[in-house]
Amino acid sequence: MSLTTSLSPEPVKRPRRTRLPPALRAYQYNLLAYKRTWRGSLTTTFLYPVLYLAAMGIGLGHLIDHGSSRAVEGVPYVWFLAPGLLAATAMQIGANESTFPVMAGIKWLKTYLAMLATPLEVTDVLYGHLLWITTRVAVASGVFLAVMAAFHTVPSVWAVAAFPAAVLTGAAFAAPVMAFSATRETDQSFIVLYRFGVVPLFLFSGTFFPIAQLPPWLQVVARGTPLYQGVSLCRDLVLGHPGGWETLAHAGYLLVMLVGGVLAARATYRRRLVQ
Amino acid sequence: MSTSAPDVGSDPAVQARGLTKRFGDFTAVDAVDFDIRAGEAFGFLGPNGAGKTSTMRMIACLSPISGGTLRVLGLDPMRDGPQIRGRIGLVPQDDTLDLELTVRDNLYLYGRYFGLPKKELRERVDQLLEFARLSERADERVDPLSGGMRRRLTIARALVSSPDLVILDEPTTGLDPQARHLLWDRLYRLKREGVTLVITTHYMDEAEQLCDRLVVMDAGCIAAAGSPRELIEQWSTREVVELRFDPEGNEAHGQRLADLAERVEVLPDRLLLYTDEGDATLDAVKSRGASPIAALVRRSTLEDVFLHLTGRSLVD
Repeated sequence: MSLTTSLSPEPVKRPRRTRLPPALRAYQYNLLAYKRTWRGSLTTTFLYPVLYLAAMGIGLGHLIDHGSSRAVEGVPYVWFLAPGLLAATAMQIGANESTFPVMAGIKWLKTYLAMLATPLEVTDVLYGHLLWITTRVAVASGVFLAVMAAFHTVPSVWAVAAFPAAVLTGAAFAAPVMAFSATRETDQSFIVLYRFGVVPLFLFSGTFFPIAQLPPWLQVVARGTPLYQGVSLCRDLVLGHPGGWETLAHAGYLLVMLVGGVLAARATYRRRLVQ
Repeated sequence: MSTSAPDVGSDPAVQARGLTKRFGDFTAVDAVDFDIRAGEAFGFLGPNGAGKTSTMRMIACLSPISGGTLRVLGLDPMRDGPQIRGRIGLVPQDDTLDLELTVRDNLYLYGRYFGLPKKELRERVDQLLEFARLSERADERVDPLSGGMRRRLTIARALVSSPDLVILDEPTTGLDPQARHLLWDRLYRLKREGVTLVITTHYMDEAEQLCDRLVVMDAGCIAAAGSPRELIEQWSTREVVELRFDPEGNEAHGQRLADLAERVEVLPDRLLLYTDEGDATLDAVKSRGASPIAALVRRSTLEDVFLHLTGRSLVD
């Protein structure tokens, strides 16, 4: 019994180590932990677009379209709505997964602390978690696009490119929110972030109606929001008219947000976890 | 140990010179020196706030040093952190187990953090489950386990990478006596297998049982160092006479009996007379007509050293 067999025949033989990058070892934690909840989580991921597209796209769409197939920006309402919701869903998952789970890593389950007692470094912990959140966004975006196709709201093959666009949108939100979460002592501010950050973005970034409907000054604000970039990017791609430099500008905005968020998170994680 | 120098027996596992830790204006560890030899069980004793945990965290490469030098397994924690942590097992004061995962998954994942390959890791996890006497609970979640079981799991987890050095920060705090004895037994086994143990505790009996050598820390400094035997010889007498009077009488009796012992400590509930011949001293007490409610002659313990060095009070 005991460890005698493994520890003491001298010289002690150190086990072989894999060459799996450290950040992926941290990632593995989430993968294994997800075993507990994947069924419920996947069901939600599937039902969410089904419910939204059915209720708002078809139900509300009927009212808006008035029998026309070019009612909103030249397409049926549900075509207009679906890519907006795709981007908004990516944002919500990116933001949600970077609040409470980060607090759990630091305070509630202390999974970060357990990792840091091993060869993993703070950046490995951060990148592993961000990669996991990005995975969640990717799965949800993939399912969302499949549901969109089932609702016949994908008129162009360009829609394939909306997948990385949605993933980029989710990751661009995740990184700065992770940076923010690592500075918090309680989960109070997450609710504030949701109510005054995520929800207004969801409603006023062109997800449900063209921002041209807004008063001019609000249009300027809406154009500057990060979700507007994601919504426009996804919509242009799904509807098959990517617009050259404008599309690149949307993607560039999100990319800068992602990189800036990662740099900020590196700093806040280090300040919080290395003392 | 295949990666370390062949003369591992003579190189200290940990060497600290002027080791300092500051948090802002507060100095938690104030220029301490110590050597921990490979293969020994080394203890840090001291009241809460003495700087034990800060010292542990620096050794475990979790907390950057503020001054002095520190070598762990011959490496520099400021430069070789991941490499050192790869050879250390840490049992932190607060468990960092994932309560929602199973016992087995907790061990398995931790091994993966160290980069252990899956197949060998699975075998290793089975061994560790047996070592920690948790085989029957292997596939249950951690949440409902008792404190003792969780502690054993945390220790098993720290061993997953076959570390050369195991750091235990108050390993038995909050455990019942059976759980503590089982845990001590597991630590003896590790020591017999050549693992270096670094232990902090404020249980004197634990330090006396487990540690080959120890230091007593107080207010960030090392107040004394040596083996339990040496410390007792140096800082206490061979025996102690414990006398219990009416609580109000302790101080007066202490003064009256002071010349009968090398040193007298007046505690809130009893008098301690430090002497080399306990029975003779007790006879002398009785022949003076003092009639304690209870009297006891015992050998000096580390607790006496601790009381002497850290000013009696266990700050809890």
